[in-house]
Amino acid sequence: MTSKLMKSFTVAVFSLFSLLISIPSFANGGGAENDTTKKKSFNAQEVIFGHILDGHDFHFLDITHADGTKTVVGIPLPVILYSPQRGLDFFMSSKFHHGEEIHKGYKLLNKEGIEELEKENIDVKKEGLSAGKIIAVDENGNWNKSVKFYDISITRNVVQMIIALALLVWVMISIAKRYQKGHGVKSAPTGMQNLLEPVVTFVRDEVAKPNLGDKWEKYLPYILTVFFFILINNLLGLIPGSANVTGNIAFTLILGLISFAVILVSSKKHYWGHIFNPPGMPLGVKFILVPVEFLSVFIKPMALIIRLFANMVAGHIIIICLISLIFIFAGLSTYAGWGTSLFSIPFTIFIYFIEILVAFIQAYVFAMLTAVFVGQAFEEAHHDEAHAAH
Amino acid sequence: MDFFLLEAVANAGGAVGAGLAAMGAGIGVGQIGKGAVEAIARQPEALNDIRSNMILTAALVEGVALFAVIVGFLAMVL
Repeated sequence: MTSKLMKSFTVAVFSLFSLLISIPSFANGGGAENDTTKKKSFNAQEVIFGHILDGHDFHFLDITHADGTKTVVGIPLPVILYSPQRGLDFFMSSKFHHGEEIHKGYKLLNKEGIEELEKENIDVKKEGLSAGKIIAVDENGNWNKSVKFYDISITRNVVQMIIALALLVWVMISIAKRYQKGHGVKSAPTGMQNLLEPVVTFVRDEVAKPNLGDKWEKYLPYILTVFFFILINNLLGLIPGSANVTGNIAFTLILGLISFAVILVSSKKHYWGHIFNPPGMPLGVKFILVPVEFLSVFIKPMALIIRLFANMVAGHIIIICLISLIFIFAGLSTYAGWGTSLFSIPFTIFIYFIEILVAFIQAYVFAMLTAVFVGQAFEEAHHDEAHAAH
Repeated sequence: MDFFLLEAVANAGGAVGAGLAAMGAGIGVGQIGKGAVEAIARQPEALNDIRSNMILTAALVEGVALFAVIVGFLAMVL
């Protein structure tokens, strides 16, 4: 009886909760439409994309003064543009003044810039333009489509990745040197060694050894590198104001391609034999099975790529959405904003801790699945009997 | 056909898709948790093996749900 009461109570609470969640989405839709009439209204979509996408500066906050001028607090980053017509250009992104000024014939698109282009009847979506992108302009400040250029700027993702790399190399090399000198081998480990030694042994014992058999020593450096690189980028991405490196499809794509290359290089005849000529199958089944098996070769790294990307992006969006709820409600009335913050902030902190857990789990899953796929690739025939049941 | 190209319909479709994906993933992860807890109750000494397998399987299920989220997201953005 009590359990049934409890059940209906939870149903009621959750439906109320989901109702609360669904109202701001309506409010948001209305807000976006009114955007042209009311400039000051809060645009959640813009805030969300400003946080999860790459950019030409580290953007912390905007301060709007009483007279309507805006001060942007952030760190400008170098912009490097190469155009066959115009040559190489190198300057800081602060030269753009956040899209308000043209520098060396280039312009950074901001929200107003996009609106101007839309007024000129340019299909912004079709041209692949969005806020934060750089376009080439002519003397009059109009978009000059004929100038082709390559944007190879040091964006915030690149900067943060380099910071993560430097941090990782510094920590790992200093620890490795200590082990070389005998600290932690003959005596008890100290300092940072205590933090990382359990993690390294965990990856070795739980990820590498069970999946890679006798060859674990050969693949362990790669798996540990991938694990720690993803982990440190996940964790740095959680610092407010930092870039979302692992939530960038290009970053995860390269990691996935490297894993794909490792799988292909370590694959043996037996692996390809199972794909192109599955043993013990009737001929008719083979016609279906071989294409599926062949596609699975590419789907495995694809799944690695999209899983990491989607997990990190989703986590960041949830946090920003919960914070945005406060401002969406504050647009309705100030008291609603204060009231929303009462439940929104504790919930954000809760999700934040879950995200720290997810940072570890995703690094673990990426390393684990890489190990599993590599293990499958070089598996010999005699291991097969145990796996045949699957 | 034009009906599906309306922005509001695309947004609604993305939201419904995300909801369906959440339902499927919820059922899937629930089943995994149920199986893991039952297995641990039966064999508490195998806790570590069961836990790592549980996390791995849950991550796989969650990955599929997140594919759906990305597709739903694209439906809204594109």
